[in-house]
Amino acid sequence: MSGPSFQRGYNALKEEIDAPVAAFFSSCVHCGMCAEACLFFTETGDPKYTPIHKLDPLRKVWKQEYTFWGKLAKSLGISKPLTDQDLTDWETLVYDSCTMCGRCSMVCPVGNDLAYMIRKLREGMAVSGHAPPGLVGATRRAINIGSPMGVKLPALQAQIRSVEADTGLKVPLDVENVDYLLLLSSMEIMNFPEFIGAVAKIFDKAGVSWTISSEAFEATNSGIQIGVSDIAAELVQRIVDAAEKLKVKNVISPECGHAYMAIRWEGPNLVGKAFKFKVIHILELLDELRSQGRLKLKDKVESKLTYHDPCQIGRRGGVMEQPRHLLRELARDFVEMPEAGQMNWCCGAGGGVSSNERADDLRLIAFQRKKSQLDQIKVDGLVSACSNCRIHIEDGLEHYHMDLPVLSLTETLAEHLAD
Amino acid sequence: MTDADFLMWVRGPAFNVATVILCAGIVIRILEIFLMGRKPNLAEARGSEMVGGLSTMLHRSLPDAGTFKRSSLTVISGWVFHLGLFVVIFLFVPHILVFEQALGFGWPGLPSNIVDAIAVITIIALLVKLIHRLRDPVLRMLSEFSDYLSWFVTILPVVTGWLAFHRLGAPPPALIAVHILSVELLMVLFPFTKLSHAFTLWIARWYNGAISGYRGVRS
Repeated sequence: MSGPSFQRGYNALKEEIDAPVAAFFSSCVHCGMCAEACLFFTETGDPKYTPIHKLDPLRKVWKQEYTFWGKLAKSLGISKPLTDQDLTDWETLVYDSCTMCGRCSMVCPVGNDLAYMIRKLREGMAVSGHAPPGLVGATRRAINIGSPMGVKLPALQAQIRSVEADTGLKVPLDVENVDYLLLLSSMEIMNFPEFIGAVAKIFDKAGVSWTISSEAFEATNSGIQIGVSDIAAELVQRIVDAAEKLKVKNVISPECGHAYMAIRWEGPNLVGKAFKFKVIHILELLDELRSQGRLKLKDKVESKLTYHDPCQIGRRGGVMEQPRHLLRELARDFVEMPEAGQMNWCCGAGGGVSSNERADDLRLIAFQRKKSQLDQIKVDGLVSACSNCRIHIEDGLEHYHMDLPVLSLTETLAEHLAD
Repeated sequence: MTDADFLMWVRGPAFNVATVILCAGIVIRILEIFLMGRKPNLAEARGSEMVGGLSTMLHRSLPDAGTFKRSSLTVISGWVFHLGLFVVIFLFVPHILVFEQALGFGWPGLPSNIVDAIAVITIIALLVKLIHRLRDPVLRMLSEFSDYLSWFVTILPVVTGWLAFHRLGAPPPALIAVHILSVELLMVLFPFTKLSHAFTLWIARWYNGAISGYRGVRS
């Protein structure tokens, strides 16, 4: 495969432009409302973080390649073409200050889905050599080792042994013909192994047949974050192969935002064929078990809880009501943050921002938006369903000297499971 | 050329040319979008593209409460001038007569003094838009020559129409001719500037809503 080059990037951008992109750029009236929807703008006040501005390289390609006047101007040599320097200048805007949370896509009065376009712009940025080193490293590890954090099978096996010792339950590995194949994010394996124990407990009580694959346990997909569809497809294909080999009926996406986007919505399109199995988010499955009476709780959480919607699970993924059903059953005092649900504010670290060390300071500045949401409701605990959100929110809370436990919904449910 | 000749020219050949450019331009812009195509979605749908798309086409005209609070000047001035333009273009009786001649049917209009007041409000709202664009750091950064050109060709027919209605500054035939000419300028530039959003935004909104609707969430 040839190395990164501007021409490859330019060609990738040309290929990415489709009818929705053309409709979006044709409709932009430069009203600037998307700025106020972006936490990187609201928390810094810097106009350069205006979402539509971040898309300028893609807009230039659309204009000069696919519009009558743009093509005319190009042929007459009077337009300013996209340059490699433009891509260099835009790198931090496209990767460091955008989590692809899609809040701007909800606000644009003409209906532009800006996050959809950022995802496409990253395809050109990455193959032209303008992706951040942190994400390049994570992607390389995902391809070579199988995990962006470098987690190998022995590490997972060690955590499984530890969970089995703690819970007294068997964590099935490579079992064929079960109903569910559970995927895990590296962060769950390394930072929150309690999640595996929680799933084991819940599934044991609910009588769910499941397994983990030793060949494809990693749910995260650096390919969709950095914007290289070939790599993203290879990572999805590993899961497809494992699911088909084990002959499972469903694949469970764990508590990780972009992993759900990668396997549920992008997955079949990346590998070019519909899946033979269903993809279900862990929250969807837990809510199904709840509605079937298979998720019985012994008591409720007494403290005041709120829920942080991970963008790729909620607004971009469509799993919005299920966590609320579960939380109303679990917590005596569940309150929503202002602008929760579809209009929720991102934690500031999704879309690969957390893998990009260069953006560490900026993501903590952006976290002030979440802080102000939390300041308004004064809760005793925050529940979420994404390890990446959890890690960053914990980091942000510590940075701003806020004492608030950040909980996993699955783990909290397991703690209150009836014996 | 006398004022009367000039008026005849703008009402005849010039108007025909402007109409052809407007219609052909809009067709080109819409074709430019749809000819790009879109890959079929192989992921299993959770909801309906059509329901999501139609819903967003309708709902996106009104912002959510938080967005309204943060962008109130943009939203209010935008609504005022869009509604104002609708009234002065489509509910002014002399305009309705022109449409009636072209289309073969008309509709009731508003009293001229009300349209007159709304024209003034529309001009004020458009001036607010310009000042906002010049002063706000985000808008200033985003703005290009075509944004100011679009603004100019939008306000010009309202101003010339208001002057013609009040017979200010020139003899009536010349005022009417200049007004019609300013409308023709708007018609000619309409498809090739951001003004074409009047047509394309429905497509953009549909795609936005359809992408979310497919995933079972409203956008």
